[in-house]
Amino acid sequence: MTDHTPDAPFSVAVGARRRSASNQWIQRILPFLVFGLGLLAWELVVRINNIPHYILPAPTLVLKTLWDNLGSLMVSWLYTMKITFGALLLAVVGGVALAMLFALNKWVELCLFPFAIVLQVTPIVAIAPLILIFIDSTTAALLLCAWIVAFFPILSNTVVGLRSADHNLRDLFTLYRASPWQTLRFLLVPSAMPYFIAGLKIAGGLSLIGAVVAEFTAGAAGKETGLASRILEASFRTEIPKMFAALVLVSLTGILIYLVFMLVSKLVLGKWHESEIKSSR
Amino acid sequence: MSALLELRGVEKRYDNGTLALERVDLSIGMHEFVSLLGPSGCGKSTALKIIAGLSEATGGSIVWPDGTGNHAKDISFVFQEPTLMPWTQVFENVWLPLRLKGISKAAAKPQIDGVLEKVGLAQFAHVYPRELSGGMKMRVSIARAMITEPRLLLMDEPFAALDEMTRFKLNNDTLALWQAKRFTTIFVTHSVYESVYLSNRIIVMAARPGRVIADIAVDEPYPRSDSFRNTPRYAELCVKVSQALQQAGEHHD
Repeated sequence: MTDHTPDAPFSVAVGARRRSASNQWIQRILPFLVFGLGLLAWELVVRINNIPHYILPAPTLVLKTLWDNLGSLMVSWLYTMKITFGALLLAVVGGVALAMLFALNKWVELCLFPFAIVLQVTPIVAIAPLILIFIDSTTAALLLCAWIVAFFPILSNTVVGLRSADHNLRDLFTLYRASPWQTLRFLLVPSAMPYFIAGLKIAGGLSLIGAVVAEFTAGAAGKETGLASRILEASFRTEIPKMFAALVLVSLTGILIYLVFMLVSKLVLGKWHESEIKSSR
Repeated sequence: MSALLELRGVEKRYDNGTLALERVDLSIGMHEFVSLLGPSGCGKSTALKIIAGLSEATGGSIVWPDGTGNHAKDISFVFQEPTLMPWTQVFENVWLPLRLKGISKAAAKPQIDGVLEKVGLAQFAHVYPRELSGGMKMRVSIARAMITEPRLLLMDEPFAALDEMTRFKLNNDTLALWQAKRFTTIFVTHSVYESVYLSNRIIVMAARPGRVIADIAVDEPYPRSDSFRNTPRYAELCVKVSQALQQAGEHHD
């Protein structure tokens, strides 16, 4: 490449583009690299200092424990998933239904919103013991706890979303004499969708946290228990590697939920909403 | 010429006491292209909303001499913004008025294709609004208004946000559509030049309180083309309308 030729600026531009492409590649790989290095450091610290596994197990030991106990951990994992997604489903149904009521009628909102706020601001660990006393079925009690945590973001986001429909479009629907059902279906629901999905992303993670926290409080033992019970159990028996193994599963589940809703957002909003459109500049 | 609608002493006072329109008497004839011209705050948009039934007058009445009463199905509205639904493609946006009447996509398709053809967007039917330029979005908006074959088209400063080249082009397209379909048009604008070019009648309004102060006929025959803008007659009319508009300002300031 020679300098001071007419096409030199072009070469510079190509160089810049190549640089930004490799930048992108680094951006993608860097988080994994740093995370891997962190694990490696952990492994080395444990091995070099001969830290006993009942204080801090090395990542390789955690992985081995996870593998050895995969069968029993998977049963617990399925139970935690059942509570998490059960609660999330109820949060979506309850949150959206209530939001629609709020959007339809100001009085309903005025009367019910305080309850929603009380549920939201009261720490779940503080109410969970009461709920466990009031409700016989542990599964139902856990579902309720996780639901309380997960439903507020769905409710508040959907309320804002339903109200955010363009005023002129509303006028247009009035002009064409749309029925309330048509207005809801063709205008309000699509307008609310980006807000609802933002709420869903938050609620997804929260319902997992709610499920785990509630189970910790319940301290349940028996045949139907989740990952939190495995963690408690392992801590009573000072099986620290097993605690970590269960913890890893909880984290992975959280990451999985996050990724699933990222994908949902991309699928639903990708074609039209600013938040999912990559700028062409 | 028989009247399509008559405003009789229409008044609009907002809750805070502001008088947006003061006793407006106006008769709009069948197939007329009427411009409502005036400074901001003269109530021209308010008048349009009242005619559309989107806002309630606080006094007076609107009479539809043909006595149908049920006029809504015959009115279309074009807003200053394109006001498209960003989540659906151009085709679905134009389909909306028919969809709300319960007409299926398949049944509406020939009509939608036809109207998109007319506004020059036939090959953009399956594109999302965000992929279109401002002028193209406005064409979609006009196509959506045309799909119901309205008797009355209300346009609220539809081209105010567009560049001049695009505005001239859309002015011509609007006129072509109006001549082909013979709907009545009420066109709100604050541009003297635009109102003279388009309309056969200009209602000049003044602000605070909003009221009609002049009713000027533009007797230039249609079809009009860009060369009309270079004629002495056009210049003369622009001066006449500008003077009326200036008086509108003096009445107040």
